[in-house]
Amino acid sequence: MIARLHDVDKIYGNGVVAVRGLSLDVDEGEFLSLLGPSGCGKSTVLRLVAGLGEISGGRIEWPGGGGRPGLPQGDIGFVFQEPTLMPWATVSKNVLLPLKLRGTAAAEAAARTREAIGLVGLDGFEHAYPRQLSGGMKMRVSIARALVTRPRLLLMDEPFASLDEITRFKLDNDLRELWARQRWTVVFVTHSVYESVYLSTRIAVMTGRPGRLASEVKIDAPSPRDDAFRTSSLYNEYCRQVSARLAEATAA
Amino acid sequence: MSHVVRRVLPPLVLGAAGLVLWELVVRLKGIPYYILPGPLLVLRTLVTDWGTLYPSLLVTLAITGAALLVAVVAGVLISILFTQSKLIELGLFPYAVILQVTPIVAIAPLIIIWVKNIPLALLICAWIVAFFPIVSNTTLGLNSADHNLVNLFQLYGASRRQVFWHLRLPGAMPYFLGGLRISGGLALIGAVVAEFVAGTGGAQSGLAYRILESGYTMQIPRMFAALLMITCSGILIFLALTALSHLVLRSWHESAVEREG
Repeated sequence: MIARLHDVDKIYGNGVVAVRGLSLDVDEGEFLSLLGPSGCGKSTVLRLVAGLGEISGGRIEWPGGGGRPGLPQGDIGFVFQEPTLMPWATVSKNVLLPLKLRGTAAAEAAARTREAIGLVGLDGFEHAYPRQLSGGMKMRVSIARALVTRPRLLLMDEPFASLDEITRFKLDNDLRELWARQRWTVVFVTHSVYESVYLSTRIAVMTGRPGRLASEVKIDAPSPRDDAFRTSSLYNEYCRQVSARLAEATAA
Repeated sequence: MSHVVRRVLPPLVLGAAGLVLWELVVRLKGIPYYILPGPLLVLRTLVTDWGTLYPSLLVTLAITGAALLVAVVAGVLISILFTQSKLIELGLFPYAVILQVTPIVAIAPLIIIWVKNIPLALLICAWIVAFFPIVSNTTLGLNSADHNLVNLFQLYGASRRQVFWHLRLPGAMPYFLGGLRISGGLALIGAVVAEFVAGTGGAQSGLAYRILESGYTMQIPRMFAALLMITCSGILIFLALTALSHLVLRSWHESAVEREG
């Protein structure tokens, strides 16, 4: 187990209860999706796990790395809903940022940056500026930046929500393939049943606000997933099942 | 190429037509030169009086340049101070506004009385006019950092200094440069206004003094020639700062990106 959320509450300053009594384990090496309706606090949960924002109640434990403050910063990568790149910096410089902030030696940082850019398939775009890239490519840069520290835990907040479906499928494929090779732990927030079934090893379905855990579905499907999986009866069966769970959770 | 021609040609043709019309009206109506000199006479005066006018231009430009430089340094430092503490910003910003809205013509005489050194007094006047756009724009820019990027820096344990140097400062650049373009013109105006005030008090300096002097002695063509110099300087300052802005931002900022169609 990599992290355990224990009875976590989050109440914002304006009194909005975003999350109430959420308990959830994140296991080593799994691809966990947080699935729920818009505004159910999925993103809030992710931000709390990343240490962005105070928890109002409960606690998050890190069995591997001691208490939250003791967890090395580099162990977490975060991908926001938007690419969130520095427009004045090239692809290389954007990807390099986390290493630069941590003071990694220049030679090693350069090698790791090249490696991360290669992983997301952006070789040859090192010196391009964000404005020269398509939405999908910007997202790839954002993912490379999250991977450059070789995190144990990758947190992704609806990273492909604003992309067109074709680009999204491609990125889903690539992400899944990358995960199968690298085996970091991923917590992926989405409101798409289809995306969560395609990507995940486990799906945590959340209720509407205040967000609680409604149910969990283990996706027991073969590991190399490809376009054939998208049309398989197994995939459809899981989608049907998860949709039903989501409907229950939203109605409750 | 045709793009440049299309941008430059219309104002050029319009300007030339205006000048021709002006010259014609002056000649046909027989307007005396001490009421309205024609453009040719102004140009001739500019050449013959170059020896007097050029040193004055240099004086005015020196004050303008120095005021702009001080405005940039002080403006950026004050903006940084503002972003360090909300309390400082709330406490000081109203006074920056007061300084900005007070007409410089009204306080210039006081400054010239208080500060015995005339060039220094002029510099202070020009600085007061020039520094506000820089403070206001740079402060806005420093406060406009993308919230998610701030979070990202936080996530990787960035220090305040790192957030400032790697995020806030580069992000504020377009805002600062926008303020700088306004301030460049204002510094010149501030310098000229202050020279006028000082000139009426008898202190000799700069192009404004030449304009006053020409007015007293009815040398109207020279007055126009001095005015022409001030206008051209203003245009050149604007063009130079625009070029600087383009140079700094061309690789990434929307304002400097060339688009098809």
